[in-house]
Amino acid sequence: MPVAQLDTLVATLMAQAYECHGPVVENGAIVMRELAVPDGLPRGLQAEQAPGHYRLTRDPLNRYFAWANGPQAIKPQVFAPKESMWRVERDAAGALQFAAVLPEIPKQAIIGVRACDLAALALQDAHFLRDGRRDAHYAQRREQLFLVAVQCAVPASTCFCASTGDGPTPTTGYDISLAELAEGFVVVAGSDKGAAVLGALNLSRATPQQIDAAQQQGQAAAASQTRSLPGRLSLSGGNLRDVLMSQLEHPRWDDVATRCLACGNCTAVCPTCFCHAEMDVPSLDGQASEHERKWDSCFGESHGHLHGTNVRPDIRGRYRQWLTHKLATWNDQFGRSGCVGCGRCIAWCPVGIDLTEEVAALTTGEAHT
Amino acid sequence: MTAKPAIDAGVPHAATVVARTQESPSIFTLQLRLDDAAAQAAYRFAPGQFNMLYLYGVGEVPISIMSDPGDQGSIGHTIRAIGRVTQGLSSLQPGDQVGLRGPFGRGWPLQEIGGHDLVLVTGGLGCAPVVSVIHYVLRRRERFGKLVIIQGVKHAEDLIWREQYDHWATLPDTQVLVAANEGGALWPWHVGRVTELFSMARFNPERAAAMMCGPEGMMRAAAESLLQRGLPESRLFLSMERNMQCAVGRCGHCQLGGSFVCRDGPVFSWGQVKSLLAHRGF
Amino acid sequence: MSTPTVHSIKPRVAVHKFSSCDGCQLAFLNLGEELLVLAERVELVHFAEAGALDPDTEVDVAFVEGSLSTPEDIERIQHIRQHCRMLIAIGACATSGGIQALRNSANGAEWVAQIYSHPDAISSLERSTPIASQVKVDFELWGCPVSSSQILAVVNSLLLGVAPHDNADKVCTECKRRNLTCVMVSHGVACMGPVTRAGCGALCPSMGRDCYGCYGPAENTNTDALAAQFRALGLTPQAIVQRFQSINSQAPVFLAAANKVKTR
Repeated sequence: MPVAQLDTLVATLMAQAYECHGPVVENGAIVMRELAVPDGLPRGLQAEQAPGHYRLTRDPLNRYFAWANGPQAIKPQVFAPKESMWRVERDAAGALQFAAVLPEIPKQAIIGVRACDLAALALQDAHFLRDGRRDAHYAQRREQLFLVAVQCAVPASTCFCASTGDGPTPTTGYDISLAELAEGFVVVAGSDKGAAVLGALNLSRATPQQIDAAQQQGQAAAASQTRSLPGRLSLSGGNLRDVLMSQLEHPRWDDVATRCLACGNCTAVCPTCFCHAEMDVPSLDGQASEHERKWDSCFGESHGHLHGTNVRPDIRGRYRQWLTHKLATWNDQFGRSGCVGCGRCIAWCPVGIDLTEEVAALTTGEAHT
Repeated sequence: MTAKPAIDAGVPHAATVVARTQESPSIFTLQLRLDDAAAQAAYRFAPGQFNMLYLYGVGEVPISIMSDPGDQGSIGHTIRAIGRVTQGLSSLQPGDQVGLRGPFGRGWPLQEIGGHDLVLVTGGLGCAPVVSVIHYVLRRRERFGKLVIIQGVKHAEDLIWREQYDHWATLPDTQVLVAANEGGALWPWHVGRVTELFSMARFNPERAAAMMCGPEGMMRAAAESLLQRGLPESRLFLSMERNMQCAVGRCGHCQLGGSFVCRDGPVFSWGQVKSLLAHRGF
Repeated sequence: MSTPTVHSIKPRVAVHKFSSCDGCQLAFLNLGEELLVLAERVELVHFAEAGALDPDTEVDVAFVEGSLSTPEDIERIQHIRQHCRMLIAIGACATSGGIQALRNSANGAEWVAQIYSHPDAISSLERSTPIASQVKVDFELWGCPVSSSQILAVVNSLLLGVAPHDNADKVCTECKRRNLTCVMVSHGVACMGPVTRAGCGALCPSMGRDCYGCYGPAENTNTDALAAQFRALGLTPQAIVQRFQSINSQAPVFLAAANKVKTR
């Protein structure tokens, strides 16, 4: 697909009544926002990232997708930061009447989804759409998604998706996938919906050289990643799950607690974190109340609250809860680690705590059970 | 992503308080009946399960069901007034309405422990999730061996259901052991820690099962004592408590290692949770 | 949780002012149409800014704005406490002493002598202190100023007969729920959000600037770690002290953080 046709792709989706969301520069970062026009995608930007640091810089090759990622994956689009679950009203006789509140969601296309975002979405699906207990609010949003993925050609220094097996090239879970080369995009349809949209664009076949270039670009991006998490077999003491669970009294937890702000930003930007709090918002006239849910964090006080006491009063316990759940006991719940290697928890930690560094410290030396 | 999702917002049912009992200065019992008669008739629960009770305009709390599972007229909840919602619930009177979702979670493994001596160890309001087991067992007395009921409280005045303990103590093959850390005038039972009562419990460890609910420190001590006496780990069960807001394994607050206490518990076998119970903060 | 609750059909409410800018009282007035609904549900017996004047009458709930900074303030707050069932301190002045409590760390008498031609005409206490320093406070609502939605939530709780919800989470939680980009990470500015109590809805970050801590300390703060990061971002020790010594300079957590930086 020629470079110029990227706008046509967006226009085609808009013409098919998709509300299109894509990269927008806002407050010094690439964020996913609704696109007003098809030809407004930012070009020539990279996202320089380091622990506690994010800056947009110029991409010398003037590409559309040379920025690795922004402060959020597509979590807010499916798992809303705040929404009403149900509503209760007092009827004329004063009796309580409960009713579900379900959101009206238009068809949404998201342009610029990364492989790590797709892996995270699959984990959120596993949580919110689990058989028998489908979350209607999540499902409503999820069903409306049309995902245009892109291959990451320029990972940030904080990225480690190659080590978690989730990137940098999208392999599944998209409707359309793009790999950006100098002369244009190698485009793949991942679903019937995606194929139908591409059909309308009348694209010529990618040459074997182009396909090969895209593959090599993905391999080079993987090789350029400097951070990593240990794979299942690369630890002498066994897999990461078991090793971490044998280090629950490691002194490193005390050490990280002196640096951690317990602000919860890592959990908010993590594309797989699903914790949420439920609370009532009553109307002032006393006649109705909305029961809302909103993102919550295991770093907050209320998470471990238990009638008058707290299961996790200190930062050490909260950080340990987060990290052991994400990297260890997530396996028990979902059959894999909860980390997809996007590196957001590293870049967006205000004090730059590096998950991979903490894991390295926790998994070396003797066990502290 | 094939079929349209069934609506599963978990919306509460309206229920009405049919009776209220003040059990102690801070503990009260609400008997509730679902307003929809068909829903009330269809309502079933297993001992050890819990409901989410909703106070209008304020929020929900998880409360274990303490009534007799055989009693289909109302659903009983014994509650300590300690937080925003429970303090608000404490001021409800018969005729007032609440919301109710449930029952949730896995209850006690009553099928698996048939034919065994039963040791029930509870602390404080931990007696509430276990009392429905007592009701269940007493209705099917022939299916079980000896019944040992052990309850500990901090202060004598914290003990609720005194008449019931007195009554159970008169039943054949039933032993009642109660302790208060601080006794009081006319306190007929042991003064001291509940753990000091374990050696007095009469049961055959080889054919016994134990169920515990209470402070985690107490349950750890009880487990140690029972295992030492030869009770097999596979027949030691406990009911865990964590912050629960959704009750369906979704909101994440009740995570205990790889388990959601609301969905995979609240009743666990000792083997499932013992390793994490050894660490403060999970 | 020993907060008494209000069960009267239509509770009597007073809004009192001490040393303050009146901004927190505006959180009531800014309710707009909802103020009319509020007036249906509570009886506003004393609220000078809204016209109702009856400071001495018995009320169910007294909202108190402002800090205690004169001898007369102390007598008056004791009188108010004796005539209300529930006392709610609103705003930074009432909860930590406010911006005027900056004088607590200075020589107030010297300032007065420099500014006023007749310093002996000024009768003020050496320190500006929060309401809870003199009387029992049932609930504290932090913020400079508090927001209308906070006020509504408190009033709603009282009308429902329950204690107000105490939200001591950090500003970051509200910032991320609004899908805002962390200004500390993307601009390198010294944001107080990670140690500051939520309630404002991350107002400053939503305008692309750093939080300056006007809602006071959150729960479980790690001010040492934040101060260390401020240093890494290039702030001088004096600038770091100023971050903590602002609207809520006398809140114990912020005061201790500033003192620690000073003594390093």
